[in-house]
Amino acid sequence: MRSTSALRTDSLSLLCAALGGAVLLFIIAPLASLCLSCSLPELAETAGDDEVQASIWLTLWTSMAATVFCAVAAIPLAYLLARKDFPLKGLVSGIIDLPVVIPHVAAGLALLTVVSRGAALGRAADKIGISFIGNSLAVMLAMAFVSVPYLINSARDGFAAVPERLEKAALSLGANPFRVFLTVSVPLAARPIISGMIMMWARGMSEFGAVMIIAYRPMITPVLIFERFSAFGLKYAQSVAVLFIAVCLVFFVVLRLLAGGKKDAQR
Amino acid sequence: MLSVRQICKTYPGFGIKDVSFEVQQCEYFVLLGPTGAGKSVMLEIIAGLTRPDSGSVLLDGRDITGEKIQNRRISLVFQSSALFPHMSVYENVAYPLRWCGRTRSQIDQRVAKLADDFDFSHLLEARPQTLSGGESQRVSLARAVASEPRCLLLDEPLSSLDASSRCEIRSLLRNISANGQLILHVTHDYTEAVSLSTHIAVMEDARIAQIGTVEEIFQHPQSQFIARFVGIRNFFKGRLKAPEAGGTSLRHFATDGLSFSVLTDRPAGQGSVMVRSEDVTITNAASPTSARNNFAGPIVDIAPIGGGVEVIVDIGHGKSLEIAAIITNEAVSALELRLGKKVWVTFKAAAAIFIEG
Repeated sequence: MRSTSALRTDSLSLLCAALGGAVLLFIIAPLASLCLSCSLPELAETAGDDEVQASIWLTLWTSMAATVFCAVAAIPLAYLLARKDFPLKGLVSGIIDLPVVIPHVAAGLALLTVVSRGAALGRAADKIGISFIGNSLAVMLAMAFVSVPYLINSARDGFAAVPERLEKAALSLGANPFRVFLTVSVPLAARPIISGMIMMWARGMSEFGAVMIIAYRPMITPVLIFERFSAFGLKYAQSVAVLFIAVCLVFFVVLRLLAGGKKDAQR
Repeated sequence: MLSVRQICKTYPGFGIKDVSFEVQQCEYFVLLGPTGAGKSVMLEIIAGLTRPDSGSVLLDGRDITGEKIQNRRISLVFQSSALFPHMSVYENVAYPLRWCGRTRSQIDQRVAKLADDFDFSHLLEARPQTLSGGESQRVSLARAVASEPRCLLLDEPLSSLDASSRCEIRSLLRNISANGQLILHVTHDYTEAVSLSTHIAVMEDARIAQIGTVEEIFQHPQSQFIARFVGIRNFFKGRLKAPEAGGTSLRHFATDGLSFSVLTDRPAGQGSVMVRSEDVTITNAASPTSARNNFAGPIVDIAPIGGGVEVIVDIGHGKSLEIAAIITNEAVSALELRLGKKVWVTFKAAAAIFIEG
């Protein structure tokens, strides 16, 4: 009975399915075409390339490190945004979305004005022996800048969905606000927080514009793909691109599954 | 002892004004009032979740108005379950014990004892979302009393339960109260108040309208509002007798030398009987009737009320047991009722509502 009613279609559903199919095709077709244009021996050769391997590792760990470091400060901010009313809250929310809106090359330039050796922060860092430019630190900075809104927004929605009743109950049971935050609010918002972290990590990993401005070297994979493309052409860039897409997909799917598995335990 | 002094709190379009009351140790105090009267705000202020605009809250003589919530030793139980869904029942009950410097084995012992007392030992590993309403509320109560709070606040703890769990939780609450726990219970349901409380404060329009024992509130409501809200003037405490052999549900209820016939299937024991004034009829002479409750006595008061007349008859034969009847103006003149005249009052056994407690 169920299957027949599920199969029964009306003209609106048909139209939606047709248009949706077109969108899906639009996403899948270029990726499939890219992957199919690469032969396995080519891919194997690229995978053995030290420069490629180094850049993929760099991309993976810098984006993860950027996510974890940012989470420490971004999660409490998300909590604040979900729970408290304060002056200029709307403005703060707007500022958080800024990195998504502005061109990422511009974001890179903006960061550069702060951390270059001539700028205040750059000079201060220089004094204690840290250099941002041409360093993985700069890569992380650029990745974090463009991707942190995904984490904050997701975590904020997560905290907002935690019933305040539970936090009030925890307080009345003798836990101080820090303990309530760590033992009730964060665990209950864990799923949106983790999914926000995955989004932030994925977004950071795929960043090109901002990173290229502030840290062309050490070379993350998107920059490497661009360099090979501009120096040697499509043929040489596409195998790196395919390899990188594959690695990203594997990580993305595995993390999603891990986070999704946690769902049943949570609610 | 909990004492609340001249608490005021204003919200846009709502607030509470000058609320004061005291709850002694061992008292079961019910704050009774319609929805929106400000009862829950009062609880939040006592618990420390909301700060009053003025006034103070004292617990055992110490001013705790500005005290942090977690240091107040006041537990709060909500209407719907506030169990933590990411923890097992065991972890929920152990939660308040984690913050008061107990060892692992002390916590184990305490949780096991509570689980035994509150009858959920078999559910310790369960997740809260798999529990029934009654089970959830039992666990919530156990968690609330786990760290031995000075004061237990209950916000409509029975209203989301079905009838049988309600009965079960009521008797649990009576036990907690009998162990000397100070309880402040907020409800809009007068049967809860009658069944559980030792003292009642009626809240009306953001202020306290009357404070007193159950008898005082129900027999002598001080305002039209209270009389209408509690709805029932005829309120008698006493004892329901066991069903006679033959086992009908028509039972005897003894109060102050009189015996009422009551239709109920509740077990024998202490309780109250209520009769709505509208259900009481007055006649000049005893006549055969289907009603099982017939008493004679002099009229002690006749007062116009609403669209009718309230006639009070003393049926206690010298012990002052008053019963009120609301009748029409026409009936007063037809029966030639006047102060001091001896009349018969009659009501059906089915009109007598028994509430245990």
